[in-house]
Amino acid sequence: MMKFLLWKELLQIFRDPAIIRILFVMPMVQLLILPLAADYEIKNINLGVVDRDHSEYSRKLVNKVISSGYFRLKDYSPSFQQGMKAIESDKTDLILEIPAHFERNLIKEDQGTLFVAVDAVNGVKAGLGGAYIQQIIQDYNQDIRTQWLQDERFNRQPTIKIVSANWYNPNMNYRVFMVPGILVMLITMIGSSFASNNIVREKEMGTLEQINVSPIRKIQFILGKLIPFWMLAIIVLTMGLLIARFVYGIVPLGHYSTIYMFATIYLLAILGLGLLLSTYAQTQQQSMLVSFFVTMVFNLLSGLYTPIESMPHWAQIITKFNPVSYFIEVMRMVMLKGSGLADIKYQILALIGFAIFFNGWAILNYNKRSG
Amino acid sequence: MKQFLIFVKKEWLHIWRDRRTLFILLFMPIIQIVLYGFALTTEVKNSKIAIFDQSKDEATMVISNEIAASRYFDLARNLYSYKDIEAAFRKDEMRVAIVFPAKFRYDLLHSNQAQIQLIADASDPNTANTLTNYATSIIKDYQQTINPAQEMPYTIHTQLRMLYNPELKGAYNFVPGVMALVLMLVCAMMTSISIVREKEMGTMEVILVSPLKPFRIIIAKTIPYLLVSMVNIASILLLSVYALEVPITGNLGLLIAESILFTVTSLSVGILISNTAKTQQTAMFTSMMSLFLPTLLFSGFMFPIENMPVPLQVISNLVPAKWYFIIVKDVMIKGLGFASVWKETLVLIAMTSILLVASIYKFKIRLT
Repeated sequence: MMKFLLWKELLQIFRDPAIIRILFVMPMVQLLILPLAADYEIKNINLGVVDRDHSEYSRKLVNKVISSGYFRLKDYSPSFQQGMKAIESDKTDLILEIPAHFERNLIKEDQGTLFVAVDAVNGVKAGLGGAYIQQIIQDYNQDIRTQWLQDERFNRQPTIKIVSANWYNPNMNYRVFMVPGILVMLITMIGSSFASNNIVREKEMGTLEQINVSPIRKIQFILGKLIPFWMLAIIVLTMGLLIARFVYGIVPLGHYSTIYMFATIYLLAILGLGLLLSTYAQTQQQSMLVSFFVTMVFNLLSGLYTPIESMPHWAQIITKFNPVSYFIEVMRMVMLKGSGLADIKYQILALIGFAIFFNGWAILNYNKRSG
Repeated sequence: MKQFLIFVKKEWLHIWRDRRTLFILLFMPIIQIVLYGFALTTEVKNSKIAIFDQSKDEATMVISNEIAASRYFDLARNLYSYKDIEAAFRKDEMRVAIVFPAKFRYDLLHSNQAQIQLIADASDPNTANTLTNYATSIIKDYQQTINPAQEMPYTIHTQLRMLYNPELKGAYNFVPGVMALVLMLVCAMMTSISIVREKEMGTMEVILVSPLKPFRIIIAKTIPYLLVSMVNIASILLLSVYALEVPITGNLGLLIAESILFTVTSLSVGILISNTAKTQQTAMFTSMMSLFLPTLLFSGFMFPIENMPVPLQVISNLVPAKWYFIIVKDVMIKGLGFASVWKETLVLIAMTSILLVASIYKFKIRLT
C-alpha cells in the first residue's frame, strides 16, 4: 500500500518538467554562483584625491595609499566640491584632501593636517575604509620621521608582540564559510515549501476529500507526502556536498555520516513545519506566501549572513527556536572544524524536539480539520 | 474603458475576499523592516572569547578585564590547556582564544618584550579578521598606558568626516536594500500566481472569451497589486523614519514616484513568470528561487558588487533591485535630486517595457 502511495506522489511531483529544473538545476546553479558573489571582504575602496599642495610629499602619500592594495584611485579633482561630485555619483567612496602648504607646514611647523571624507551610507565599509587610510597615514608619518630624525633611538619601551593564528581556514577564504550555509538554505527552501504546498494543492483541487474517504490511514497519507520530499532533499544535499568537494575543494574535516544523520533529523523537523503550515492554509497562494515568509525569517535570522552573537538579545532568543540556525552551525562545525556527534549533541536534541513538536502539532491539527 | 474598470474591480474583490493573504501581504514588509533594521547587522560585537592565562599576573588580569569589558567581546570561559582550545572550538563555544605565556609581566618589564597569542576561528574569515583587529587594538592600548606619552615632531593630523551617516548606523544601508527586496518579492510573487491560477482553476477560458484585449487584462490584473504595494511603500517609509530613525533627506515625491516605478517593474516580472509557468506551484517556486537570492545578493546592499568576479558584476546589471537600491540610497539618504538618478530611472523604465512586451507576446501565444 505504502509503495503505491509513494510511487503516486513521486509521479505527481515529476509530472511537471519545470519542477525538475527548480528542484535540481536551480539549487546547483545557485550553489555555483552565490558563493562567488557573497564576499563581505572590504577591499577595492574607490579613492578620490584632492591634492591642493602638489608637493613631493603629497605625491608620495598618494602613492603610498594606492600601493597599500585597499584603495583604487578613481578620481583626481582640483577642489573638494568636485571631489564631492564623484562621491555623489558613487564613483568614489572616500576623498583624501591634501590642503595647500601641507609640505611646508609639516617641515616648518612640525605639523600638518589631512582631511578625509568617507561616504558612510554603508557604515561597515566606511568604518574600515577610514581605519585603513588612517593606518596608512600613520605609517607615512613614521616614514617621514625616520627620514628626518636619522638617528632613530633604540626602543627602550616595553612592547607586546602579538602573534595571531587563523585556524580552520588559514587562507581566509570566504567561500569555505558560505558554501555549507548556502547549501542548508537551499535544502530548507526545497523541503519546507514544497511539502507545505503539496498538501494544500490537494485541498484546493478537491482531491483531498477523495483521499480522506479512501482506506488509507492518515499516518500513511502523511508519510506518503513526506518521504518523497525527504528523499529529494537528501539528493539535493548529496549533489551540494559533491559540488562543495569538487568545485570548491571543501573536504569535510568531520564525517559525512554525521552530516547525513543530522540532515535526516533536520528534514523531519522542516517537513513537519511545512505540513503544519499546510494544515492551516486554504489555498496554495496562502501556503506558499506563509512558508516563504517563515523560511525567509528563518534564513535571515540563521547566522548565514550575519553573526548571531551580534544580534540584539530578543533576536538571539528567536534563533534558539529556529531549526535553520542549528543546521547552519552544525554544517559549518562538521565541515570546517571536524566536530563529531559528541560536539553537536545539544543541537541534535534541539532538532529532535522541533521534529516532535512540528509533526505532533500538524497531525493534531490535521485530525481536527478532517475529523 | 468601463469593461476595463469592471475587470479591475473583479480582481480587487479577489484579493479583498482572501483577507488572510492580504494580511500577510501587508504584514510581511513590516516584519522584514523590523528584522533587518534591528536584528541584522554586519557589525561584529559580543563575540565569545576564551582566555588561556598561564601567567595570571597583574598585566594579564588588566588585559583580560579590558577585553571582557569591551562591547566586541564576551568572556565565554577560561581555558586551562592547549587541548581545551581545540575542544572549545569544535563545540563552537568561542570565536577567539587568547593565550598568555607564563611569566608574561615579568618578561614585559624585564626584557621589554612579551608575547601574546591570538587564535581565531577563521572558518568565518571576516569575523576572525575583525576580532583579531579589535583584540590587537585593546592590547596596544594597554601597551600605551604603560608607556609614557611624549610629544613627537613632524606630526600629521587626520581629520576624518563621515558623510551622510556620521554614527555609522547599519540601518542607513539596510533600509534602501530592504525596500528593494520587499517590493520585488511581494509584487512579483503575488502577480506570478495571478494568471497561472486562472489557468489551473480553469477560469482562463472565461477570460479568453471576454472582449478585453490581452494587454488590458494584464494591466487590470496588476492594478490592485499596485495599490497594495503603495500601502507597503508607505508603511516601510513610516517605519524607517519613525522606528529606525533613518531620515528622508531628499524629495519625498521623487522617492515615491521612483518606488512606484520599481513596483511596476516587479509586477511585470511576476506577470512574465505567470505567463510562462504551467502551475501555481511552478510559478511560485520560480519567483522564489530566481528572485529572492539574486535580489538579496546583487542589489549591492549586503555584498559589495565591486568584489564580485566580472561576469557576476555584469549579471548584477540585469537585476532591477540593483538600480532601485542606488536610487533610494541617493534620494533618501544622500538627498540628491533627479539629476543624479535619471540614468538608473531610465534603466528601470527600459526593463519594465521589455518585461511587459514579453508578457503580452507570451500571453497572445497562449490565446491562439
